[in-house]
Amino acid sequence: MSSDILFYLFAVLTTGSALAVVLNKNTVASALSLLISLVGVAALFVLLDAFLLAALMVFVYAGAVVALFLFIVMLLDTYGGDRKPFKKATIVASAFALALLVLGLMTFTRRGSLETSVSAATTEVVPVGASLRAYGEQLFTTYLLPVQIVGFLLLIAMLGVIVLSKKFEGLEDVK
Amino acid sequence: MTVGINEYLYLSAALFVIGFFGVLLRKNTLVIYMCLELMLVASTVALVAFSHFNRTMDGNVFVFFILTVAAAEVAVGLAIIVALFRRRQTIQVEELNALKN
Repeated sequence: MSSDILFYLFAVLTTGSALAVVLNKNTVASALSLLISLVGVAALFVLLDAFLLAALMVFVYAGAVVALFLFIVMLLDTYGGDRKPFKKATIVASAFALALLVLGLMTFTRRGSLETSVSAATTEVVPVGASLRAYGEQLFTTYLLPVQIVGFLLLIAMLGVIVLSKKFEGLEDVK
Repeated sequence: MTVGINEYLYLSAALFVIGFFGVLLRKNTLVIYMCLELMLVASTVALVAFSHFNRTMDGNVFVFFILTVAAAEVAVGLAIIVALFRRRQTIQVEELNALKN
């Protein structure tokens, strides 16, 4: 099926550029790889019928967040440069973490496939996340309080950013 | 349909692991922050996949909130990084060791 091919295509694109985020020495290249990875995730959202979320992903993440990252990279002008080799503790910790994660995935696969409440093959596919109406109904009934809290959180974040970026005269340096 | 929920969850786990190791191994604070975003996005993939395959709306709405919180978080975090650079002239984590010992 063509959607399977698209899934594997975008899955490879997403994981590959996510690896590029981690492995690139250049910070700008990392940010641009993050952009590609996020666009791949947006494409996966389209495959999962979540069209609004895909559009929001491109606007918010690929548009605002990555642009902000690039702006900060430009502002700070950091060097990629020389770095010390990893300490022994870091190597041990990462090996331990990798072992834990692989163990988790192994138990997950050994349990077999997850049961979904509606079997996907038999029933008619109703794209549940496709309509804006469904979002509106949920956001203005069940999730009305979280919407207000999130709005307040955005206000607090805006004020916090202004306070953090401002230079205060009376504050002495605490180096 | 051969691509089921398992494939999406594997992809989500792989993205999360990549972001996790980025946080663990990189030294530049900005790149660490990008990897944090990557982990957040990995969790949203899992949520949307659950929502799609269970025919419920809740996962999608939850991802909606995650997107909002992530936008606020990035703004505040980058402001903190800029303030840090202004004070210490570096954002490499190995040089930010004021709390060590």
